[in-house]
Order: sequence, then structure tokens, then C-alpha cells
Amino acid sequence: MTPNGDLNKESSIRHLIDEKKQKRNMSNYTERMIPGLLFLFAAISILTTIGIVYTLLTETISFFKAVPFTEFFTGTVLKPLSQNPEFGVLPLINGTIISSVIAMLVAGPIGIMTAVYLSEYATDKVRRVLKPILEVLAGIPTIVYGFFAFTFVTPVLEKIIPTLEATNILSPGIVMGVMIIPMIASLSEDAMTSVPNAMREGALALGATKLETTFRVVIPAALSGIIASFVLGISRAIGETMIVTIASGSSKNFTFDVTQSMQTMTAYIVEVSGGEAPAGSTIYYSLYAVAMTLFVFTLIMNLLARYISRKFREEY
Amino acid sequence: MKYINQEQVQSKMNRRLVKNNIFKTLFALATMFGIVVLAILIIRVLTQGLAWIDMDFITGKLSTSADRAGIMGAILGTLWLMIVVIPVTLILGVATAIYLELYAPKGKFQAIIQTNIANLAGVPSIVYGLLGLTVFVRAMDLGNVVLAGGLTLSLLVLPIVIVASQEAIRAVPQHLSEASFGMGATKWQTVKNIVLPASLPGILTGSILALSRAIGETAPLTVIGIPALLIPFPGGIFDTFTIMPMQIYYWTIDSSLVSEYANLAAATIVVLLVMLFILNSIAVIIRNKFQQRY
Repeated sequence: MTPNGDLNKESSIRHLIDEKKQKRNMSNYTERMIPGLLFLFAAISILTTIGIVYTLLTETISFFKAVPFTEFFTGTVLKPLSQNPEFGVLPLINGTIISSVIAMLVAGPIGIMTAVYLSEYATDKVRRVLKPILEVLAGIPTIVYGFFAFTFVTPVLEKIIPTLEATNILSPGIVMGVMIIPMIASLSEDAMTSVPNAMREGALALGATKLETTFRVVIPAALSGIIASFVLGISRAIGETMIVTIASGSSKNFTFDVTQSMQTMTAYIVEVSGGEAPAGSTIYYSLYAVAMTLFVFTLIMNLLARYISRKFREEY
Repeated sequence: MKYINQEQVQSKMNRRLVKNNIFKTLFALATMFGIVVLAILIIRVLTQGLAWIDMDFITGKLSTSADRAGIMGAILGTLWLMIVVIPVTLILGVATAIYLELYAPKGKFQAIIQTNIANLAGVPSIVYGLLGLTVFVRAMDLGNVVLAGGLTLSLLVLPIVIVASQEAIRAVPQHLSEASFGMGATKWQTVKNIVLPASLPGILTGSILALSRAIGETAPLTVIGIPALLIPFPGGIFDTFTIMPMQIYYWTIDSSLVSEYANLAAATIVVLLVMLFILNSIAVIIRNKFQQRY
């Protein structure tokens, strides 16, 4: 071995050490940078919320400078495009509530019965087949449901109710219900399956039938989860847009007759923003006032659902 | 002395068992209801739309004449939209999930972000549309272009990606990262080399599902303002565009004027559903094939 070689070896080791040090410094540097960087990205979600609230709030305030608060919330006439525009939000709230009620009348019973079947009666094999199919139902874009409501459900309903208008609130309400079934079914099923088997077995051992076990033991024990799923379903129905926009038209009727066309808050936003309302006009600001109302409605529902499922959860 | 009247019990028992069976059938029927509606919907769309799908329809330009109308522009619009949505949601979503699961100090702040994300997931999509209109289209003055629509949709599906990524990261067992720390790896090295690869299938599955949600979303884009005009094919993220759901929307509401438009809408729905089906299949395959159980 030549001294030269030793020297080389030594320098290369020294080099390696230096390299290692440098690397460590680099990685220390990244190590310190990363949390800050990740924090910035995580802050985007907070920024989104702030952005939503801020934009809605500022434009809503501009709106209430032009239209008195009480007129907006007590007015039963909505004529944004007329010569003497009137901005009463009640027709929209009415349409929203009616369509949501129809949807829940469909989705509530069917959703919970589906959940009972899947969690209490169905065999594992059947469940494994049925659940993915229901997931498909949940994954279909709402625009497709809108098309279905307008071109299929309305004509079918017209045969049963001849006075039904071509655009009406009944058909989108029903279709919206179908759309929400998977959500209620799967959330309620989760709540029911988390009821421990020991409780079921206790009831069955006392001689109860499966049905009695379900209604007297499982459902009461899972009630908080089931109610929460209902509330989330309502929130979903309130925020649903395309089905009602397509199938319920844009008449701002203030009525309880479900065969007529009504407009929901969401559909109003689509109509007005699609009509290219000039920025700065009252009708443009009314978009934000309606959206703010919608936002508050759904936020209350979502918070309520969280509160119910947390507060009344039975721990086993 | 007999305590139990056998006969009475027997007669009551029968009634209860019959009731049980009746309700069992009822529950099964209710479950079938959703499936039957799904079947009707799909059959309906297929019978109405399938005949209209051919190469000319897929590759053709938009047209007011139903015979010549094609949806290439809408398909390209959807693809360009995805080019914006995929990187934005992946980077923001995964980074947020890593921060929340691995870096954020446990406490009030983390709880606030977590609640905030849950609430964001419940905000109606149309409200995101107004956010996009105000911030991206008007304030940033992008106009109703692909970038503005893509950013809006990204914010909309971000909660889905975050929650899915968080679950995937949480599912990586502690001992894997502990072993990595034991070997002298730093935190970021552990995250980069151990946690992320292990949670990747879960993250991808969640992201694909979020993506398919974005593809089918219509409401926020109606607010941003997709013109119902015959716009040229988009060539980049700063071009105006249309997407398949918007075409379905316009054709459906105009079908009371021109009845063939309903068929065009149905045909577009078929293409859209096929696209979503492929995406979801990929998600399922990834989930089944790469998901490791520890």
C-alpha cells in the first residue's frame, strides 16, 4: 500500500464526514422548515372558512343597506327583476323547507329501514353485495338526478296527479330523497352496528324476536346516531342545488301546494348568478344575502348533528 | 302447578314470529327500493342516450343542431379542470393531514382546525361557487376560466381529501415510525420514507373519490358562470371552458324547447357515468391491491 493511497483514503473519509455534516445541516434545516410549511398549507382550510364568511358577510351588509332586514325576512314577495323590485326571502325559505320535508319523508323511513335490514337481518354475503350498490347511488352526480327528476319522475307523477305542473317541487323532492337514502342508511347502520352484540343476545335470550330486539334494544341504543344522520340528511337536502334548479323551475311562488313550481334558496342563486347580475346592483347583493341565509341554515344543522351524536351517545 | 300456559304462549309466539317475518320483508323491500330506482335510472339513461353515442358525438364540437352536437369540448374542459384540481388538492390535502396528524401540537388549535374541516365538508357546494365568483373570478380577476373553476372545486373537495388522508396516516402502525426513529431517522425522514408510502393507497383512494365528486359537480360552476355558448376547445388553464355536467344542465332545461336535447343530455350522462365508473374502479382496485393490513 502506498502512502499516497493512505492519504487518498484519509481525505476521502474526511470528505465523507464533511458530506455527512453538510447533509445533517441540510436535514436540520428542512427539519425546521417543514412544520412551518405544513402549517401554512393547513391554514388554507381556515382561510377558506374566513373567505366564505367574509365574502358573504360584506356583501350581505351591502344588501341590507338597500333592503331593510325585516323586509327581507318577513317579505312574502320576491320580484328581483321587476321595475319595483321586492326582496322577500320567505318564498325561497318556503321552497327550501318544502322540498327538504318531501325528501326526508322519502329518505327517512326508507333509509332507516335499509339500515335495519343491513345491520340486523341481512347475512354477511347479502350485505357485501348490497352496500357497494348503495354506494353507487350515493356517487351519482346530482345533475343526473336532476335530469331523472325532470324527464322521468315528473311525467310518471303526472299520470297519477294530472294537475301536476311541468316544473313542480314534488318530483325533485322525491328524487332528492332517493339521493339521501344511502347517506342516512349508511350513517344509521354504522350507529346500529356499533351497538354491542351482548345487548342483542340478552334480548334474544329473554325470548324477544329479532324485530322486538331491533325496536326495543338496538334502535334506542343507536338513537343518537340515527337522529344525527337525519339532521345531516336535512342539511344535505337544504344545500342541494341542481335537482331543484332543473325540476322545480324558477317561479317564486309562496304556496304550500307541492304540485306547483317553487324556487329554493339554492336555485335562486343559480338563476341570478347565471343571469349575469351586474356587480354592485341590489339583485347582485341579494345573491349573498340568500347564500348567507343558506349557509347559516346548513351550519346550524351540521352543528346540531355533531352536538346530538356527541352529547347523547351511549357509551358501552 | 303449572306456571306457563303453553297454548297461550304458543299462540302469541306465532303472532310475534309472523310480525317479525312481515317486517323483515318490509325492510328488505325498502332496501330494494334504492336499488330499483338506481336500475330504472341507469336503464332510462342508457335507452335514451346510447343510440346517440358515436365517434362524432364524442369528438364533435358543440352545436345548436342536435344531430351535429358533440361533447369533445366538454370532455377537454373536464380534463383541464382535473389538471388544476389534482395537484392543488393533493398537495394541500396531504400536507394538512400530515400537519394535523403528526406535527400539530395536540390541543385547542388542532381541535379548531379539525372542527373547521368537518364544518367545511357540510357547506353547500353552491356557497363555494359564490366564494369562487367573488375571490377567483372577480377579486383576482381571472374571469370564468379553467383556473378559477379548478381552484373553486379544489376548495370544495379539499375536506374529503384531508379526512381520507388523515385516516390513512392514522392507520399506519406506530411501531413502523418508531423503528424508523430508532434507526436515527429524523421526523421528516420518517414521514417521507415510512409514513407516506405506507399510507399512500388510502390517500390515493380518498383522492380519487374526491376527484370523481369534483367531476360531477355542477352547482359551483353555474355560479362562476359557464356560458351556454358554443365556446372553442379549451387549450390551457386560462381559457374559458365548459364541462359535461354543464352541458347536461343546459340540454336538460332546453329539452322542453328541442326534445332531442334530452337525448343529448342522456348521452352525455352515459359518458360521464362511464368516466366516474372507471375512476371508482381504479380506487377500488388500489384499495384492494395495495392496502396492507398490519
